[in-house]
Amino acid sequence: MKHILSALVLNRPGVLAHVAGMFAARAFNIDSLAVGRTDDPTLSRMTIVILGDDKVVEQVRKQLMKIVEVVKVQDFVGQDVVARDLMLLSVACTPEKRPEILALIEMFNGKVVDIGAKFVMVEVAGPESKVEAFIESCRPYGIKSIVRTGTVAMARQPRTKSEE
Amino acid sequence: MSKNNNHPNETIYKPGSQVIVDMLLEQGVEVMFGYLGGVVLPLFDKLYDAPIKFVIPRHEQGGCHMADAYARATGKTGVVIATSGPGATNLTTGLATAMMDSVPLVAITGQVRTSLIGNDAFQEADTTGITRPITKHNVIVKDPNTLAQTIREAFHIAGNGRPGPVLIDIPVDMQLAECPIPPKTEIELPGFKVKSRGHGRQIAAAVAAINDSKKPVLYVGGGCIISGASEALRAVAQKANIPVTTTLMATGAYDQSRPESLDMLGMHGSAYANYAVQYADVLISVGARFDDRVTGKLDTFAPSAKIIHIDLDPANIGKNVHVDIPVVGDAREVLEEMIDGLEHRPRKEWFEQIAAWKSKHPFMYDKKTDVIKPQYVIEEVCRQTHGDAIITTGVGQHQMWAAQFYKYSKPRQFITSGGLGTMGFGLPSAIGAQVAFPDRTVIDIDGDSSFNMTLTELSTAAMYNLPVKVAILNNGFMGMVRQWQELFYHGRYSQSSLKNPNFADVAEALGCVGITVKKKKDVPGAVEKMLAETRPCVVDFHVDPTENVWPMVPAGKSLHEMDGLDIFEMA
Ligand SMILES: Cc1ncc(C[n+]2csc(CCOP(=O)(O)OP(=O)(O)O)c2C)c(N)n1
Ligand SMILES: [Mg+2]
Repeated sequence: MKHILSALVLNRPGVLAHVAGMFAARAFNIDSLAVGRTDDPTLSRMTIVILGDDKVVEQVRKQLMKIVEVVKVQDFVGQDVVARDLMLLSVACTPEKRPEILALIEMFNGKVVDIGAKFVMVEVAGPESKVEAFIESCRPYGIKSIVRTGTVAMARQPRTKSEE
Repeated sequence: MSKNNNHPNETIYKPGSQVIVDMLLEQGVEVMFGYLGGVVLPLFDKLYDAPIKFVIPRHEQGGCHMADAYARATGKTGVVIATSGPGATNLTTGLATAMMDSVPLVAITGQVRTSLIGNDAFQEADTTGITRPITKHNVIVKDPNTLAQTIREAFHIAGNGRPGPVLIDIPVDMQLAECPIPPKTEIELPGFKVKSRGHGRQIAAAVAAINDSKKPVLYVGGGCIISGASEALRAVAQKANIPVTTTLMATGAYDQSRPESLDMLGMHGSAYANYAVQYADVLISVGARFDDRVTGKLDTFAPSAKIIHIDLDPANIGKNVHVDIPVVGDAREVLEEMIDGLEHRPRKEWFEQIAAWKSKHPFMYDKKTDVIKPQYVIEEVCRQTHGDAIITTGVGQHQMWAAQFYKYSKPRQFITSGGLGTMGFGLPSAIGAQVAFPDRTVIDIDGDSSFNMTLTELSTAAMYNLPVKVAILNNGFMGMVRQWQELFYHGRYSQSSLKNPNFADVAEALGCVGITVKKKKDVPGAVEKMLAETRPCVVDFHVDPTENVWPMVPAGKSLHEMDGLDIFEMA
């Protein structure tokens, strides 16, 4: 099962190496890892997606907590979360194909960020499933290159249950 | 300590090297171990005048084991210094050893100056990178403003919670820079919080389960020694009337002369401890971590027991076995809170069953033979030291025999590398313990191959007039390896014997006393001589090379499936 862990860590050199090293040393499987600053300059947020049963994930959470630079770890499983991936994708696109592909991009709420005679570069953000679906839709045209971030996620406040 | 103390709130500045020494003194460091090198010269210059006893090993690994054993023997935090590059890499085995056995240690390494870091400078190594997985925490100091506080935090982290080694990498320019010493305040680390008090409801549940049990067993680990839980443990075991088995790391946490002591459990544990665990209805684990050498096959470990797991490290709970009643907290504090609620139960049948196992399967060996049995040497050492010496070991058969045949009554009396299983630990750790307790008898019960790895430290013992004793159980083999080859590889003894030097001659050449014993009748006299010696002394006992450690739970088998019990009966 897939779990999203959100860890608040000290914004110091070596912390990413420590966390990544712990995962490797204990043979935990990371699906993705995204790191970024928070509003507090001394802290960073790591969003870690791992595959494993509850027992494994619980062990991951405890091992993370043991790292001195890790301040807090949350497992979002069972919670109402907003989870998003961001992707840049460059797809082959001749002028004849353009209308077709632009329609596709619009369907996925994508954004054209660069365009040439033979390609178009698109920015797509959303739940992982949407990003995957967009990739599949582009495949027949010829994907030139893909760059993706890992998932970032935030729990919804229970009282502000708005639509996704 | 400060010279300008007329302005108490004014921050004092000193060269980093002096700040390090001041911080060590502030932490109460009395002894340290370490080795010189270019990038720690500023620090050593300040140590020249410092009121700290210094011990120079012959190899940084030895120094690290010494600091480790100093910590294990005293409960204080050990301190070791090494230079950058090879000095730091030589520490790694020692750090990993301390990490696996939760030993509080602060390692200070020199580093090339900050402007050279990353340039493949002379004697540069990525020390924090290399040691990250084998330290509890590590940090490189790149800002003079953080030096003093980093050292305070290192001691705080090393000694609190589940202890462990902390490494501080200090570039040489930081040692030369003017660094502030901020006033000492309570240490606040947002990511390092220790919860030592167990949860009241969990403790109550544990007490109720114990009171209801017919066949309880206390399974005690090294955490009990670390937390100083022996008194509380005895009170619990005696009040509630529960037998106690100790892991290798907990040897001495419970007085082995007490009738309710089941001695060691696990792969080479006693038959009665292993049976008791397998038949228990409640297993109370205190400061132990269900290591595979203890549990044997996990699915069939303590199959009918409700498991109570008391541990300070939440990550230990539920890691290997399913736990029914977890209690996160310090072993001593939790046990003390349990005492009041516990009720005495006679458990007559249970103790009768245990007594029957004990009389049927004691630790045994052939006492009639003319060759020197290694177990006999240990029994003789135990007899002549009245079970009161500090014993250290290498790793192998002799280590298991030292756990089985010496009878311990006090914590911190048995110093061994349990988690990592580091051959070569015996002699340097004996030196570290002897430095801590100059007047006590410290004996390294060693294997010939283990001893070979670090015997160079004999010159350290000689240099500092440390009267450590080394009793080599010389079987001319990597005995434990030979045993596995005999049992599991059809007796094909691939590369498992070394041509040993004459250890007595080596000892003499390195400034120690050397004795060789080849006859059984000479054993008691040699032990007596060794114990009377005021110089470091090595006794090379030529023991039976074919002896095996029994009983044995083969890897992957259940605890009750021990081999070698019939061999006992024949003897
Ligand atoms: C540094 C290191 N290398 C290898 C091993 C693997 N090993 C475990 S026991 C052993 C043999 C130990 O021989 P010896 O010290 O003579 O002890 P004995 O078993 O003969 O009593 C070996 C090689 C180890 N534990 N540590
Ligand atoms: Mg040997």
